[in-house]
Amino acid sequence: MNPVLKLLIEGSSLTTGQMAAVAGLTEAEVQQHLEQLKKDKIFLGWRPVLDLSHEAAAAAAVRAVIEVKITPERGGGFNRFADRIARFDEVESCYLMSGGYDLLVFVKGSSLQKVAGFVSEKLSTIEGVLSTSTHFMLRCYKEQGFLLDAGEAQSVRLNVTP
Amino acid sequence: MRPYRPAPTMNPNQFLARHVAALPKSGIRDFFELVAKMKGQDVISLGVGEPDFVTPWHIREAAIFALERGKTYYTSNLGLIELRRAIATYVEQHFNVGYRPEDQIIVTVGVSEALDLACRAFVNPGEKVMFHQPCYVSYHPSIVLTHGEGIAVPTYAKDNFALTAEALRAAWQPGAKMLMLNLPCNPTGGTCTREQLEKIAKFCIEKDLLVLTDEIYSELTFEGTHTSIASLPGMAERTIFLHGFSKAFAMTGWRIGYACGPAPLIDAMMKVHQYSMLCASIIAQEAALEALQRGWDSVLKMREQYHRRRDLIVRRFNEIGLTCHSPRGSFYAFPNVTASGRTEKDFAVGLLQQQKVAVVPGTAFGENGTGHVRACFATSYEQIIEACDRVERFVNSRK
Repeated sequence: MNPVLKLLIEGSSLTTGQMAAVAGLTEAEVQQHLEQLKKDKIFLGWRPVLDLSHEAAAAAAVRAVIEVKITPERGGGFNRFADRIARFDEVESCYLMSGGYDLLVFVKGSSLQKVAGFVSEKLSTIEGVLSTSTHFMLRCYKEQGFLLDAGEAQSVRLNVTP
Repeated sequence: MRPYRPAPTMNPNQFLARHVAALPKSGIRDFFELVAKMKGQDVISLGVGEPDFVTPWHIREAAIFALERGKTYYTSNLGLIELRRAIATYVEQHFNVGYRPEDQIIVTVGVSEALDLACRAFVNPGEKVMFHQPCYVSYHPSIVLTHGEGIAVPTYAKDNFALTAEALRAAWQPGAKMLMLNLPCNPTGGTCTREQLEKIAKFCIEKDLLVLTDEIYSELTFEGTHTSIASLPGMAERTIFLHGFSKAFAMTGWRIGYACGPAPLIDAMMKVHQYSMLCASIIAQEAALEALQRGWDSVLKMREQYHRRRDLIVRRFNEIGLTCHSPRGSFYAFPNVTASGRTEKDFAVGLLQQQKVAVVPGTAFGENGTGHVRACFATSYEQIIEACDRVERFVNSRK
């Protein structure tokens, strides 16, 4: 497997220089791999993972998960509607699901009103949308692999042991 | 409360047993004190002997569940039968040796206790025990504490620190009773090929040696498959196989290991165990059972990480000019630092004081570690990269 892709899959936060050292490549080779992965649309881009419960990071702190039921259309299934919903800036992620509803949409906004407004004015009025069910997120315990307030005891490892 | 003040005429040392008084403290301890003095100074430690991973959560959670269910009692001296069954299955599948859970396996408080039990159960005062060196700090003291006599067999960088039958034969003395093995080895990462082990096994049969094989790092073998000497023809009946959960499952603080061997030998170890330790902690035993049943994904992930870290650190040491063999197992690199123009002790102390990187002088693991330091790569990529850059600055500062 592409060694750079492997490090990306592991979620490593290494710089390109550090990736080069770990994978035994030059920094230029790592850059090349990254460019190729972008070209192949495997690697889409970098994003920081923030703890949004912190005041300082809470610029768009209201998040909601919305279950959306859709009437699929002949010839296109769910794709055209899903694409239309996914293009809104408020939508962070959008998935087609099995089970009781069709799309699961993760939405972000700076206030409850803004998120509610997006759902009532934009999302639910889209052609084909039968119903929505909105769940506001109250508290985050784990964000994309990072535990919040984990209190892990890693730092108590002694510096020198047999 | 009045502080304790010894009477001026009394010397508390008079109460010490002679063999304990004569036993030197571990060289690791001295170095630990030195590093401890530098607290808060951005020291990168490559001086540890344990994983940087925390025990996988499902294992910790199983221990919590065991506590919630009130599992707070003693277990059988030999350990929980479910755990011994799981150990028997694991050892058979991974090492190709079959042991009966009922009487050929004992669960111990880490491999360290198993080692101590074996020495106390098998060594009569004055009897000789062979061990390869550089080696883990406890081997020789365990022999001395049972009034045995240790015979160090050197391993060499030219052999990638594998033990050879030739070195064994050269060091052998009449009256030698037992041989201790630790492959892959702490601190060298040395291992033996199957062919090398076959020659060692032949020698052990020829000299009628009992073998104590500590294979705690076997799951961290990066190339080829690990072979246990216990699996070779004619060896299971003269071998005590020691293993534990500390390294592969990142469970050092749980203190849980085990010994497998012929029933009469395990029974003798059990006698010492029941009068001293009684049993290993039930919580640790429950956690160990979970580790064997569902922990393999975590082991494989951690091994892959160690593998890449090894490649990184070994490549960097060699680039810097410190000759370093690529250890086939364990998470230790053991570079030769004589090219820096310093002894291993001066190198370790200088590196710590000038560049704030802690490594352990090879002589802490016996005189055959002269000229080497042990650098543990059970730490993050970022730390290894930064530590190696600092080592490079340190080495170049003398040029």
